Amino acid sequence: MSSTTAAAQERPIEPSFLNNVGYLCRRYPLGVAGSIIMVAFVLCAIFANYVAPLDPFSTNAKASLAKPSDTHLLGADMMGRDVLSRIIHGARISLAVAMGATILGSGIGAAVGLACGYLGGWFDLLVQRVSEVMQSLPLLVMALVITASLGPSLRNTIIAIAIPLIPTVARVIRSNVLSLREMPFVEAAKATGMSEFRIAVVHVLPNTLAPLIVLATAQLGSTILTEASLSFLGLGVPEPYPSWGRMLSESAAEYVRTAPWLVIFPGLAISLVVFGSNLMGDALRDALDPRQRD
Amino acid sequence: MNQPLIEVTDLKKHFPIRKGLLRNVVGHVFAVDGVSFSINAGETLGLVGESGCGKSTVGRVVLRLIEPTSGAIKVEGKDIVGLPRGDLRPLRKRMQIVFQDPFSSLNPRIRVGDIVGEPLMVHGLANKQERAERVAQLFNRVGLRPGQMNNYPHQFSGGQRQRISIARALALDPQFIVADEPVSALDVSIQAQVINLMMDLQQELGLSYLFISHNLAVVEHISHRVAVMYLGRIVEYADKKALFASPQHPYTEALLSAVPLPDPSLRRTKKRVEGDVPSPIKPPPGCHFHPRCPYAEARCKVEPPVLREIGPGHQVACHLR
Amino acid sequence: MAPVLEVSGLSTVFHTRRGLVRAVQDVSFTVNAGETLAIVGESGCGKTITALSLMRLVPIPPGEITAGSVKVDGTDLLKLSDAEMRQMRGSKIAMIFQEPMTALNPLLTIGNQIEEMVLLHDKCSREVARKRAVEMLHHVRIPEPERRSREYPHQLSGGMRQRAMIAMALACRPKVLVADEPTTALDVTIQAQILDLIGDLQREFGTAVVLITHDLGVVAETAKRVVVMYAGRKVEEAPVEEIFGRPYHPYMQGLMNSIPRVGSARGLDVAPDERLQEISGIVPALNALPPGCSFEPRCSRADARCKTERPELATKAPDHIAACWNA
Repeated sequence: MSSTTAAAQERPIEPSFLNNVGYLCRRYPLGVAGSIIMVAFVLCAIFANYVAPLDPFSTNAKASLAKPSDTHLLGADMMGRDVLSRIIHGARISLAVAMGATILGSGIGAAVGLACGYLGGWFDLLVQRVSEVMQSLPLLVMALVITASLGPSLRNTIIAIAIPLIPTVARVIRSNVLSLREMPFVEAAKATGMSEFRIAVVHVLPNTLAPLIVLATAQLGSTILTEASLSFLGLGVPEPYPSWGRMLSESAAEYVRTAPWLVIFPGLAISLVVFGSNLMGDALRDALDPRQRD
Repeated sequence: MNQPLIEVTDLKKHFPIRKGLLRNVVGHVFAVDGVSFSINAGETLGLVGESGCGKSTVGRVVLRLIEPTSGAIKVEGKDIVGLPRGDLRPLRKRMQIVFQDPFSSLNPRIRVGDIVGEPLMVHGLANKQERAERVAQLFNRVGLRPGQMNNYPHQFSGGQRQRISIARALALDPQFIVADEPVSALDVSIQAQVINLMMDLQQELGLSYLFISHNLAVVEHISHRVAVMYLGRIVEYADKKALFASPQHPYTEALLSAVPLPDPSLRRTKKRVEGDVPSPIKPPPGCHFHPRCPYAEARCKVEPPVLREIGPGHQVACHLR
Repeated sequence: MAPVLEVSGLSTVFHTRRGLVRAVQDVSFTVNAGETLAIVGESGCGKTITALSLMRLVPIPPGEITAGSVKVDGTDLLKLSDAEMRQMRGSKIAMIFQEPMTALNPLLTIGNQIEEMVLLHDKCSREVARKRAVEMLHHVRIPEPERRSREYPHQLSGGMRQRAMIAMALACRPKVLVADEPTTALDVTIQAQILDLIGDLQREFGTAVVLITHDLGVVAETAKRVVVMYAGRKVEEAPVEEIFGRPYHPYMQGLMNSIPRVGSARGLDVAPDERLQEISGIVPALNALPPGCSFEPRCSRADARCKTERPELATKAPDHIAACWNA
């Protein structure tokens, strides 16, 4: 029997950048949507001065409580300030606070987690118990207590939101560190005489980055919400920074029926950002899960 | 006779089991329970046994990656047990380790060239230029292309990763390498490549190996002397030829009998040993093997046998030999 | 005697981002009742996907069984509906896996799991199913089967779990048992016990066994016929004495020469302390197969023809086929 006709040498297809993008869109459509939302808001925040049609701080008594129109696309508030511009600048505040708090909280949390995983013993036990106490309080309550004692300011808001994040991050990093320590490549490093500290920084820490990023992204949504809640209660970002939360508190009670745009649009902004960051965080977690590999 | 390179005497490692809020010690895992052996320069000691026998623990304790509970480990005559960290560090250059799993032995986030060069960095032995040269040299020696130095571990096959692990182990010019199941996770045809490589390196560099494996055929091929472990103790210790030609301990007999031979004409009736390996937390009293031993007598249940020499260089721990 | 399992031209592919992976190509073999066929090969040869294809357990998508037939007692499994195939699994064809811990449900007692199997296929009461479960545990030589049937997988040793899995697979006396590396994860002494057990049960129930393994020793001790796979294709097939006595395909020859053997120190076969004969190179990626013979890049006997023309299986000796131009 004759052999089959010679086939050409098959080549494995290396997916191109465009292929990869297409793949991501098909596999994680929600994640891509969430990322687009987040990117849009980040761009707004960065280029707020160019994107916002009007100055968010300038008051205009004549335009007080103006309905959405050509000049004020989303209306104006009781002092005549343009809602759209305030929302765009508010993005800057919300995202700055959220990212600042997330980075601060995750950074400290990672260091604590690393220390716990490595030092163990009474240090670890102590930190665990303290973390448990901290985690038993809702994020908002803790943040409230901290700002109430420190006083409302931009800096204090960031601190107040960062602190409750620390135990959550520390816990995840700690468990990662504990399992990484047992890995053969860590033992091999020990066998060459590397100091424990060096091993922790060079070998263990980089391998905890992936779960850390996922965790941080997942927390973004709740940090934004917390900032909004704090500002709503008057304990977060003070005047004159435009904060979505404060925009809500200034108008919710009195104007919700007479000027609903003052409540709807800031609320929508908050929801959209939290929604987008959650979608993005979920997709990121799924995508980085080694078991989901092709 | 020259002094052996490595001499281990009555090595023990008992892992405490802690339970409860205050982490009280409720028992011990008797992983290594009084093990003694020696390895000369340029020689391979094969350490053989099934899961739970403690052979991997022995490998790690000898390098003090795990601290021993008691016993002595002499490297070139110097006892390293109890040596403070600072004094131990330079000695680490003499002894290295290669692991079983080619996938988790290499840090996935570091380039392989850096992985292999890291030991040199740790001991401050070479500047960047010299390191690169040395790594290239090592790559060549283990059969890899130096051009691949900048790749990451996941870009290599299992066999290649083992070669990288070996290159890393060689970086500091060690005299002794603990090889913990180095070929068990590899395909059969790749195993031959790595075994040949290790034997070539032994010839060229005068390396000594503690070759830990459950694969008797590989152990027989590569070792000079062999020690058989069961539940934390060595039950037989002899020259390779003597051990495989005339095993004395009932467990060794059972092991050899159980290994399937790639020759259908040798389908023989086996001496099958019944039962499972007991737990190292509650090992049977007396001789650990007595519940499964076809020849067990009353004495075996009570009195643990000691390793005794029954022939030139051939030791057995059994009351009946 | 008509064969109980007839596989003909089986082909399975995977659609991946990196191209079409031809995991199994045109594989055929038959197994009679009470016999063991061993499928030998290393990782990437397609033997596990072959086993999964027999059971129709290949994830679809991205997998796809593109051709062939799998006939058990005359019924082509590939033509059945999903519901009909579920009926077949366990009652006509069953599978045991390499890692019993992941194949057994950790939340159910092993007795429960065997009962479930029985209840699925035989309409009987729970009482009867429970009795059968304990009976099966006794059959697989688990001591104190009554007590053990109430235990969870994590309470059993590796060897016991494998026995439990065998009990589950054979509970309904299937005609065919597919065993995918059933002893690779076990200690040598336990492996010997399990292989003996499978052999005894096979004799008792007349089951046809397809044994997937990479261990030539296991093949020699248990198989009647051997199929050698490489890069998704069958490259050699013969009765076990034939294939060990005189392998034709260079890959099989290479494999046999590259494994160290116990007893070499006694002067059998290989001279001691000699280098093992290596097969250079590595297995080709299944989405980038060379146009001619897949083994050509690693073959010491390859010539120009091997590069461009893929050899078909040809008879080299009575009842012995191999795919090689130069064998």
